[in-house]
Amino acid sequence: MDFGSTFFYKYRRFVKALKIYLLLAGPGLIVMLADNDAGGITTYTVTGAKFGYGLIWFLLLLLPVAYVVQEMTVRLGAVTKRGHAEAIFDAFGSFWGWFSFLDLALVNWLTLITEFIGMTAALSIFHVPPVITIIVVSIVMMLMVLQGRYWTWEKIAILFAALNLIYIPAAFLVHPSISEVINVGLIPHFPGGFNGTLFFFLMANIGTTIAPWMIFFQQSAVVDKGMKEKDIPWGQMDTLIGSAFTVIVAIFLVVVTGTVLYGSEVESAAQAAAIMMGTNPWLGTFIAIGLFDAGFLGAICISLASSWAFGEVFGWAHSLNLKIREAPWFYACYLFALVSAGTVVLTPNAPLVLITLFVQVIAVTLLPAALVFLILLLNNEEIMGKYRNTTLQNIAGATIVIAIIALSTLYGITTLFPELIA
Amino acid sequence: MSIEGMFGARIGSVIRGWTDKITEINQKYATPRIKMSRGVKIALLFLRLYLVLLVVLLCYKFWTLLT
Repeated sequence: MDFGSTFFYKYRRFVKALKIYLLLAGPGLIVMLADNDAGGITTYTVTGAKFGYGLIWFLLLLLPVAYVVQEMTVRLGAVTKRGHAEAIFDAFGSFWGWFSFLDLALVNWLTLITEFIGMTAALSIFHVPPVITIIVVSIVMMLMVLQGRYWTWEKIAILFAALNLIYIPAAFLVHPSISEVINVGLIPHFPGGFNGTLFFFLMANIGTTIAPWMIFFQQSAVVDKGMKEKDIPWGQMDTLIGSAFTVIVAIFLVVVTGTVLYGSEVESAAQAAAIMMGTNPWLGTFIAIGLFDAGFLGAICISLASSWAFGEVFGWAHSLNLKIREAPWFYACYLFALVSAGTVVLTPNAPLVLITLFVQVIAVTLLPAALVFLILLLNNEEIMGKYRNTTLQNIAGATIVIAIIALSTLYGITTLFPELIA
Repeated sequence: MSIEGMFGARIGSVIRGWTDKITEINQKYATPRIKMSRGVKIALLFLRLYLVLLVVLLCYKFWTLLT
């Protein structure tokens, strides 16, 4: 074959592979970009303002962490055709099943409140009243699920996920010094020396990388999408691309705040956006839109993760491919989560700061169990067959799971007892 | 006294429906499917101890807030 024919053949193969990927892409991409939710965006914003580019190298380490954990949910979902909540009930019995399910329901609901807080704070910069934000967001989220097809929901969600990339052009707006980003950011070091504050930020960044809802969401999404064993490589690629995007978004956001706000006392992404609106309205707008989108993405995934889990445990019909009359309880759970979380945010004098802190503590009670169950299930030959973990996957998985458990536990404890790092 | 007697017929039947459903789920998953090997037992023991530790810490925090 001449060069032209070979090129054309390879080009056709690439286009075909891309088409298959675009058909099968979804759960990994969405869950990973939703990982940069309102809480995650706040963490990265404050990290950049506090340490400049100094912790970019650490963010790169989060890529394998996120990928190794979430990839296991793809295999588990594709092989068992069950969500994580149902898989825990089935494999470990009702005690661990109820514990995981009830803890998930609580932590998801509390996290949903924090997503609404993020969205209302972001749009308040544009003088949109919180009540309008919550009503409109809830209606849009309901319309997204009520159209009756998982595929359509997924593609709409991917569009919103793409908006998460707004931090990339935002970074170009601030004209960072590329050489400084590379020299300071990519060489592993501890800016200001290793101390309690730095350790707290490392824990916070790890803590935002893997959340319990992500494990439950992706596994249920894989099942609802109807992925089979043969689709696992595509699911893995989807998760890998998603992991890369989540880290890229985090790095670009740190570059933005590390350039513009380095040394400032910033406590939230909304505060950072408000400060930037005063100096560079375009930049402030980008940051605010990104924060809103992060909260929105987090909210759609978290409320769905809960609804799927309720359906799995109680045996109700639970699929985005079903109409309301076919799966009334599934949609009722989804609606209840939105309305109740929105109501809490709009309640005057609601303890929102306390809820934000409490989320981290409650998440720490569920995350180790969810991760340990994931590893145990992935090692069960009866359940996983030839798709069970290899020795290498177990070494990587166990190392990462132990590190996440240790760091997230310390993070939860320091949230409870902040005097420990003072 | 029956649930219907305590809460009235309408609410009582709803509560009974839920308790029956939970009982059904408990019976369905009464026996864990996974083989309880030494590794699994150790992992589950670790999780139990971990949860006890967290509950103790939360109770301690609550007590320090009160006092």
